[in-house]
Amino acid sequence: MRVPIGWLAEYVDIPAGTSVEDLDTAFVRLGLEVEEIHRPEQVTGPLVVGKVTEIEELTEFKKPIRFCSVDVGEDAPRGIVCGARNFAVGDTVVVALPGAVLPGGFEIASRKTYDRISDGMICSVRELGLGEDHAGILVLGGEGADVPPPGTPAGPVTGLDDVVIELAVTPDRGYCLAMRGIAREMGTGLAAPWRDPATATPPAWSGSPAWSVAVEDPERCDRFSMLALDGLDPTAPSPWWLRRRLTQAGIRSISLAVDVTNYVMLELGQPMHAFDRDKVSGPITVRLAREGEKLTTLDGTTRTLAAGDDLLITDDTGPIGLAAVMGGATTEIGNGGDRATTSILLEAAHWEPTGVARTARRHRLPSEAAKRFERGVDPELTVVALARAADLLCEYGGATVVGGVVDLDTRGPRPQIPLDAGRPARVAGVPYTPMQVVELLTAVGCSVDGDGTDLLVTPPSWRPDLTDPADLIEEVVRLAGYDDIPSVLPTAPPGRGLTDVQRRRRAIGRALAETGYVEAPSYPFVGTPALDALGLAEDDERRQVVLVRNPLSEEEPALRTTLLPGLLATLARNLSRGQRDLALFEHGAVFPGGVRAPAPLPGVEGRPDDETLAALLGAVPAQPWHVAVALAGSREPRGWWGAGRPATWADAVEAARRVAAASGVELTVRAGERAPWHPGRCAELLVGDVVVGYAGELHPRVCAALELPARTSVMELDVDALPAATVAVGPPISAFPPVLQDLALVVRDEIPSAAVAEALREGAGELLESLRLFDVYTGAPVPAGSRSLAFALTLRAPDRTLTGEEAAAVRDAAVAAAAAATGAELRA
Amino acid sequence: MSGANDPYDPKQVAALSPEALDEAVDAARTAFAGAADLEGLAAVRPAHLGDRAPVLLARRELGALPPAARSDAGKRVNAARVAVTEAYAARLAELEAERDARVLAEERVDVTLPWDRTPRGARHPLTTLTDRIADIFVGMGYEVADGPELEAEWLNFDALNIGRDHPARTMMDTFFVAPEDSGLVLRTHTSPVQARTMLSRTPPIYVVAPGRVYRTDELDATHTPVFHQVEGLAIDRGLTMAHLRGTLDHLARSLFGADAITRWRPSYFPFTEPSAEFDVWFPEHRDGPRWVEWGGCGMVNPRVLVACGIDPEEYSGFAFGMGIERALQFRSGVGDMRDIVEGDVRFTRPFGVEQ
Repeated sequence: MRVPIGWLAEYVDIPAGTSVEDLDTAFVRLGLEVEEIHRPEQVTGPLVVGKVTEIEELTEFKKPIRFCSVDVGEDAPRGIVCGARNFAVGDTVVVALPGAVLPGGFEIASRKTYDRISDGMICSVRELGLGEDHAGILVLGGEGADVPPPGTPAGPVTGLDDVVIELAVTPDRGYCLAMRGIAREMGTGLAAPWRDPATATPPAWSGSPAWSVAVEDPERCDRFSMLALDGLDPTAPSPWWLRRRLTQAGIRSISLAVDVTNYVMLELGQPMHAFDRDKVSGPITVRLAREGEKLTTLDGTTRTLAAGDDLLITDDTGPIGLAAVMGGATTEIGNGGDRATTSILLEAAHWEPTGVARTARRHRLPSEAAKRFERGVDPELTVVALARAADLLCEYGGATVVGGVVDLDTRGPRPQIPLDAGRPARVAGVPYTPMQVVELLTAVGCSVDGDGTDLLVTPPSWRPDLTDPADLIEEVVRLAGYDDIPSVLPTAPPGRGLTDVQRRRRAIGRALAETGYVEAPSYPFVGTPALDALGLAEDDERRQVVLVRNPLSEEEPALRTTLLPGLLATLARNLSRGQRDLALFEHGAVFPGGVRAPAPLPGVEGRPDDETLAALLGAVPAQPWHVAVALAGSREPRGWWGAGRPATWADAVEAARRVAAASGVELTVRAGERAPWHPGRCAELLVGDVVVGYAGELHPRVCAALELPARTSVMELDVDALPAATVAVGPPISAFPPVLQDLALVVRDEIPSAAVAEALREGAGELLESLRLFDVYTGAPVPAGSRSLAFALTLRAPDRTLTGEEAAAVRDAAVAAAAAATGAELRA
Repeated sequence: MSGANDPYDPKQVAALSPEALDEAVDAARTAFAGAADLEGLAAVRPAHLGDRAPVLLARRELGALPPAARSDAGKRVNAARVAVTEAYAARLAELEAERDARVLAEERVDVTLPWDRTPRGARHPLTTLTDRIADIFVGMGYEVADGPELEAEWLNFDALNIGRDHPARTMMDTFFVAPEDSGLVLRTHTSPVQARTMLSRTPPIYVVAPGRVYRTDELDATHTPVFHQVEGLAIDRGLTMAHLRGTLDHLARSLFGADAITRWRPSYFPFTEPSAEFDVWFPEHRDGPRWVEWGGCGMVNPRVLVACGIDPEEYSGFAFGMGIERALQFRSGVGDMRDIVEGDVRFTRPFGVEQ
């Protein structure tokens, strides 16, 4: 809502010395967010009202040019060259004389152009910095219009001094989408006298109603008022002051009839519609749309109407208006040519907000009218608004009212809200007195009955948002001022700290970061090409995605089922920006797809019953928390110490082990096969018998498809699949000396080292303190197809020093077990 | 005991003469001082401190002296031996110090050489800032609650008093999920965690819910369609707006310094009433001290309590939510939202693991 301060001052006695900043602060304190303050750019130098006395059309140039004589209040008119054509002889315009500087530093001088001396400039709204919409010349009025005489300084006339404050009005406060509501708020906010522009009593129009109207659906339209006018001069322009206010409010001027309805809407908050009475055929009926009905709205769009929900204004021909949202094209007001409207029907009604919201959303028509009806409009105002509009049309368009007013009013009584006067104090923690509560509610417009603390409050007609005691409490606290609320820290009962799951997620992030990985969260949106690039099979479960109905990008309409597409895209982005050695990680939710029952939408009158609640919570799919890493380039850089170490599949597996260690669980690894990994370099990660993820090198085809460096390695693991960590048990520590034993075993290449290590452990038994693989060797004398694995064993007893015989026995048992399990032979 | 008068051969005991002893000591001192290094010192040591060294040989002669002379001579011999030993020890220490100085000097390295073999990692500042905020609340006794990002429409809207046709619902710029009747959305705020918490717990409730949320905004310097909020909820007997202010002030001071305070502006959220947006006074802002818009808050709307099965006559509560990106932007002086979301390691790395 754009509020011109000059207009506001018509209703509020703004105290002298109030600055724009003071108004800004007052608006904000009232809960009206100031989005922007529009200060017209300053025009310096002579800017005067001028009257066009003669126009010579110059046709010898590429475009038509006009050479005009303009009376600017001097002895002789000035000659001015102008390229615009939207004015005529007799029009009053704004002229910048030589020496004037227009917004943007545009200096006006007398100069020769198009073979004529141009002695000034006829200004457009844009050139004056008053607005953007008008391309043509600003015409203050035609011949005979009520305009200042030539030579009058034009600054005050054009409203160049006017500041416009643009407010963001929250959806609960529809009444602030009009000057009337803003005036009430500012009167209270500035503690200044103010006048309600809606208090005028409508005249008692005589005669029978000029039109026959029926409302079939009083639930959706509880008041419908209409007034007929005749004798409108279709060419009569809107007065400049009215057009200027519309411009300041951001509304385009169309014709007097349309401008007046818009003006009254801005002034009082009542959206209105003007029908061309000659185009309306037969009685008007307000009813719901029927199957197959269509309507071409004023914006030229033909709309298929929703039977049984779109509310219409109809005549004998069918729909002529989409109620509360937009009028129809067939009855549009014309202001010239074959559509010169002289006779109109003015409509002002009150519509049920949620129905308006549905229709506006369905047809994507957030019109000014719909915006207001959705938020609630004062139902008292229909006839007041008709009277105001009729006045303006009579005054500026020469129209006269015919017949009486139509006013179908089926409203019920306004509800009363009981309020304990002590409650606002208990909510705010500020000791308001009951008297203060009554005072503030009265300032809002409520009428308050009751004595002592039991109040009965009737909210004003323009505040349909006030339905509960909480709404009234909010008004009291808001108007008393939020600054009065003290700062008191409450005492919460003792908490239990973070949950195990929360601690685990933090531990994983820290562990990876400490190991050199940089966290890189990405958007969870993916498309089929990204899944194709990973080489996922057609039936891969990661292709079962949840689709977003209104994605930001049609290329990425789905939610991720794996972290890899996002993480690899981030990797590629970093590479493209010149990074070479990268270790990234991401952890977050993934969204497995699949068919499931829709989530119910129960009412909100109370807690849903257990069954409904279970269905509701059950319909929300599990969203497992995954962690992934991606590595490219060197894991350790080349340096003065020597060569670097390229990142490999092994780093990816190690990252998984770090994650497991941070999670307090034991990870085992075996060879796996899964897209997008290299089939020979893919580790399947298990905890117990459960596969929790994969790690290794990307398939070369995936690297190629994603334009990633060869050997890029990744790991992805389902953190939610990790079992809960058990409380660690402190092992007894033996102070007896260890026996260190190294041994090398020759095994076939296909035997995993993990299997050999496992067999050694089994065979060595309890005296084995630790076992570590320290070398892998291939080549002579180890036969081809085999390799030598060298292990260091540390043996120790808890209660004695091991003898040489004991140690040898353990070693022999370990070797024997490895031989039995894997065919390993002790290397000589 | 007539020893004192026994005759003795002065020639035989010449080694015990003060002159001879002095000479031996001098000779030893000269020899030790003449040793250029530890090897040289070791080489001359036997001659002066070995079994055949003069001071040791002299000691053997003591027996030949008459008892009366023995005491004096004994003292002299001892003194000489101590003098030689000390001279040796002093020289040894000197030479060892010289050697150490030389060797350590030779072992000098350039300690400014970089040893950046292990690359530095970092957690994303959104993560660490979220943790920090959560920790502040945990310190106040709150618990951290989680909720899903793909959420039931009812919990995201209806339970929070945002009816089907409420204008606020369309203003939320929601991502909807197929099929049309799925009843699911990408949550537009962390507030559904409020509803989940109230539906699953009984008061008193003090929870904070950080998380990722979605709105259909295009990414630009100040907007991102995927962002993070922290939601707080307290339900207890007798909670007031003063308690809400105290909580937000405490949070502001904990995050932005002792001088930070909050300012409230009346606003509207369907799930709180009264509602406010709050600004925080941030003296360290890169463009100078100023109020910075930070979040929204209010007293939980009794309608929300009712929909979640809590008696509004018995309990009241407050709720608040704020953007983590926004806090990060002004706390760390980040000018462009895209730097936060693009995952460039040059942005994230300086934040370290626990910033």
